[in-house]
Amino acid sequence: MDFTLLVPEIFVACLAFLLLVLGIVAPRGERRGLVLFAIIGIIGSIVVVAVHFEMFDSFLGRMYLVDSYASYFKLLFLISALLVCLTSTSYFKPLVGEGSEAYAIMLFATLGMMILVSAGELITLYVGMELMTISFYILTANLAGEDARSSEAGLKYLILGAISSAVMLYGFTLLYGVTGTTMIHEIAQHSDTSPAFWLGVIFALSGLGFKVAAVPFHMWAPDIYEGAPTPITIFLAVASKAAGFGVFVRLFLTAFPYHADHWIPVIAILATATMILGNLAAIPQQNIKRMLAYSSIAQAGYLLVGLVAANDLGVKGILFYSMIYVFANVGAFAVTIVFNNVSESDDIADYSGLARRSPLLAVTLLVCLLSMAGIPPLAGFAGKFYLFTAVIGQGYLWLAIIGLVMSMISVYYYLSVVRVMYMGQVTDYSAIKISGSMKLVLYVCMILTVVIGCYPGPLAELANTAAYYMF
Amino acid sequence: MDFLTDPGFPFLTLILLAPLVGALAIVFVPREEVWTIKAVAVVSTLVSLVMSLLIFFAYDQSIGGMQFTEDILWIKDLGVSYSLGVDGISLPLLLLCNLIGFSAVYASWNNKERVKEFYVLLLILITGVMGTFVARDLFIFLLFYEVVIIPIYIMVIIWGSTKRVTKEYAGMKLTIYLLIGSAFLLAGIMALYVNAYQLTGVRTMDIESLMLVPYSDQFQILGFLLMAVGFCTLISMWPFHSWSPDGYAGAPTAVSMIHAGVLKKIGGYGLIRIGLFILPVGAKFWGPVIAVLAVGNVVYAAVICLVQKDLKYVVGYSSVSHMGYVLIGIAALNVVSINGAIAQMFAHGIMAALFFAMIGNLYEKSHTRNIADFGGLANQMPILAVGFMLAGLASLGLPGLASFPAEFTIFVGAFGVYRVLTILAISGIIFTAVYILRMMGNILFGPKRVEWDKLPDIKGPEWVPLIVLGTVLITFGIFPSLLMDLVNNGVAPLFARSGLGAIVGGGF
Repeated sequence: MDFTLLVPEIFVACLAFLLLVLGIVAPRGERRGLVLFAIIGIIGSIVVVAVHFEMFDSFLGRMYLVDSYASYFKLLFLISALLVCLTSTSYFKPLVGEGSEAYAIMLFATLGMMILVSAGELITLYVGMELMTISFYILTANLAGEDARSSEAGLKYLILGAISSAVMLYGFTLLYGVTGTTMIHEIAQHSDTSPAFWLGVIFALSGLGFKVAAVPFHMWAPDIYEGAPTPITIFLAVASKAAGFGVFVRLFLTAFPYHADHWIPVIAILATATMILGNLAAIPQQNIKRMLAYSSIAQAGYLLVGLVAANDLGVKGILFYSMIYVFANVGAFAVTIVFNNVSESDDIADYSGLARRSPLLAVTLLVCLLSMAGIPPLAGFAGKFYLFTAVIGQGYLWLAIIGLVMSMISVYYYLSVVRVMYMGQVTDYSAIKISGSMKLVLYVCMILTVVIGCYPGPLAELANTAAYYMF
Repeated sequence: MDFLTDPGFPFLTLILLAPLVGALAIVFVPREEVWTIKAVAVVSTLVSLVMSLLIFFAYDQSIGGMQFTEDILWIKDLGVSYSLGVDGISLPLLLLCNLIGFSAVYASWNNKERVKEFYVLLLILITGVMGTFVARDLFIFLLFYEVVIIPIYIMVIIWGSTKRVTKEYAGMKLTIYLLIGSAFLLAGIMALYVNAYQLTGVRTMDIESLMLVPYSDQFQILGFLLMAVGFCTLISMWPFHSWSPDGYAGAPTAVSMIHAGVLKKIGGYGLIRIGLFILPVGAKFWGPVIAVLAVGNVVYAAVICLVQKDLKYVVGYSSVSHMGYVLIGIAALNVVSINGAIAQMFAHGIMAALFFAMIGNLYEKSHTRNIADFGGLANQMPILAVGFMLAGLASLGLPGLASFPAEFTIFVGAFGVYRVLTILAISGIIFTAVYILRMMGNILFGPKRVEWDKLPDIKGPEWVPLIVLGTVLITFGIFPSLLMDLVNNGVAPLFARSGLGAIVGGGF
C-alpha cells in the first residue's frame, strides 16, 4: 500500500478540513480572506498532480487507479476550482456566508470528483460520486435565505440527483449480481449477457447520463444552473460534467468493451438527441444563464460523440474538449457574474451596449461563445476537429454531419448575444468596474481559448498521454 | 532587391501579417484619432498590396507549381503544418484580394461611426480572405475560411443599412447560410483526412499529398457532394443564393466590396483546388448537376435583375448571375474552361468591387439607392459616371475590359461539353446587357435633375478605388495574357497530375 499515490487527495481533504476549522475560529467579518488559503492550496495540489502526471499505478489492487487519465481530470477539476474561487471573490452575494463553508464544501466536491475518476471498482466510484453530488446539493442551495430560486434549485437537484443515484446504484447491484464482482476490469471478463446484465448497463447509463446532462436526462440542468449562485453554476457546469464524462468513459470502455456493438448505437442516439435538443432549446432563451445551460447540454452531446468513437482518438477528443470547455464556460459565466453585479439582471436584452461600457467583457464573452460554437481559430474548433475526426474514422459520418450542422446553428443564439452587446443603445455609458481577480480570470480564459485554438499541440499531447494510459 | 530571389524570404507570411499588425496597432490608437487610424489601415494594406504585386511579377512561370513556399510543422499529432505557397491559380486571387482590400479602406473613408472598430474588423477580414488563398494545408485553409464570417456579421449589423430587409436579418441570413454550408464542407474535409489516413497510414492535411491518395470512387462521389454544398453556397449557386443579394444590400460598402469581390471566390477556388483536383471522380459525377444549376444562376438571376429597383440589389443579383459562368466553367472540367473560370473570378471581383464602391459613394451622398430617384447624374458627377460605366461595361462583357477574355474562354471551353447549356448561358449575356444598360441609362443619363445639383463629385481619397480598380480592369482587358498565361500555368499541370484529364476523357 503506497500511500504516496494518494498525496493529492489527502492534501485536498486536509485543506477542506482546515478551511472548515478556520472558518469557525476566525473572527466574524474577517472570513472572506480565507479564500486565499483555498487558492494557494489548490495551486499546490495542481503542482503535485502535474509533477506525477505520467504514471500508471494502482492502490489496493486496482480498486483505486492512479494513472495519467485520472491525473488529467484531476488537473481539470483543480483548475476549475481555482478559477471558480477567483470568480467567487467578486460575487456580490455573500457566498461565504458567516464562515468559509462554501469553499470547504467546494473542496469536498473536488475531492469527490478526484476519487470518482480514479475509481477502479463500483463502490469506490459510488462513494466518490455521492461525495461530489451531496456537496453540490449544499452549494446549490447556498443562497437559500435570500433567493427563493436558489432553494428551489437545491431541492430539485437533491430530489432528482437522489433518484438518479438510486437508479445507478441499482444498476451496479445488478451488475454485481450477474458478474459477481465490483471490480471494473473484471466485469469485462464476463461474457454473460442476460437481461439482468443489460438492465444493469442501462441503469448505469442513465445515472451517468444524468450527471453529464444528456438528453433525455437533462431536465434538471436549466433550472439548477439558473437558480444556483453563479460561481457554483460554473463549477457544476464544467467540473461536475467533466467528472461525469471521466467515469462514463472509464466504466464503459473498461467494463463493457466486448459489448460495444450494443451500447455504441445507444450512445450515438443519445448524442444526436442531445446535440439537436440542446441547441434548439437554447435559441428562444431570454436569460443568459439558461441559454448557457442549454448550450452546455449541447456541449455534452459533442462530448458523447467521442464516446461513440470508443477508441483512443475519441477519448483524446473528450479529454481535449472538456479542458477547453472549462475555459470557455468559466469565461462566459464570469462575464455574467460581473454584469449581474452592476445591473442585477441576467436578461440577454439588458446586455445591450455592453461593448461600449466594457470592451473586455464583450470581447471575452464573444471569444468564449464562439469557441463553444467551434469557430476557428478558437479552441472549440480544434476540439471539435478531434472529436468528429475520431467518429468519422469509425464510420459515423452522419453523426459528424449532424454535430457540425448543429454547432453552426448554435452560432445563431450565440450571435444574438453578440448583436445585443455590440449594437444595442443604452443611456448609461458608465464604465463597468472589474476587480483584479476577475480580470485575471477573464484574461486567462480569453487568452487560453485563443492560444489553444491556434496552437493546440501541447494540450493535445497531454490529452494523448492520458488517453494512451486508458488503453 | 536581393530578397526577391531568396527562396526563403517569407513573403506570404508578411503579406498575411501586415493587416493583422495594422489591426493590432489600431487597437492601441485612441478612438478620437480617426486620421491616424485610417493611416494605419492604409499603410498596412498598402504593404500587402505592394508585396503581392512583387510576387505576382516575380513568380517564375518557367518553373511553375507552388512558389514562395513556407513550411512549419504546426500540430504534430494531426499532421498539420503551417504551409503557404502560391501558384497560377491562387496568385491572381491573392492579388485580387489585396487590390480590393486596399480600395475598400478608401471606400469607407467617410464613415464616421465607430471608426476604430470598423478598421480593426476590416483588416482581420482581409487577412482571413488572403489566408484561404495562400494556404497549402487544409487545416490552415479552414482556419482562415471561417475566421472571415464573424467579422462580416458584426460589420453588417453595426454599419449596415436597412432598406428592403433589416440589416440584422441580412447579416444573420448571410452568416447562417455560410456557416451551415461550411458545416458540410468541414464534414467533407474531415472525411477526406480520415479516409486518407486509413488508406495510406499517414496523417496529413497537405493538399498536394491528398491529391495522390487513391480514394475509392464511392467515397469521392460522397465527399465531393459534401464539399460542393459548402463551396457552392459560398459562391451563391442557385438555389442557395438568396443570402447574397440581401447580404450585399445590408452590408456597408467595404464589406460588399470584399464579399462580392473576393470572399465569394473562395467558393470557386475551393471547388477547383479541393473538389476537382482531389476528388476527380466525384467532380465528373456531379459536374452535370452543377452545370444545370449554373444555368439556373445565369438566367434566373439575370431575369430577377431586370425588375430590381435598388442599385445594390441589381449588382447583388448580377453577381449571382456572373457566378453562374464560373460554375459552368468549373463543371465543364477541361483546362480551357477552368482557366476561364479563374479569370472570370478575378475579373468579376474587380468589377463588382468597383460597382459597390461607386454605389456606396453615391448612397453616402444622396442617401438613396432607388434607381427611379436618379437621372442625368452624368451632369453633376461626371467622374462617378465614368466609374459606373467602366464597371457596367465590364459587367456586360465588353471587349477591351477584363471580363471579356474570361467569359469568352469559359464559353469556348464549356461549349464542347455542354452544348445546350452553354448556349442557354450565353443568352444570359443579353439579359445582362439589358439590365445594365437600363440601369446606366436611368441613373446617369437623361434629363438633368435639379435636386441632385448639390452632390459633390468624387474627390480626394474617393478617387483611389476608381483609379486602382479601373486601371486593373483596363490593363487586364488589353493584355489578357498577363492573367491567362499565369492561370494556365497553374491549371494545366494540376489537371494532368490529378488524373482529371484521364478520368474525364476527350475534350481539349
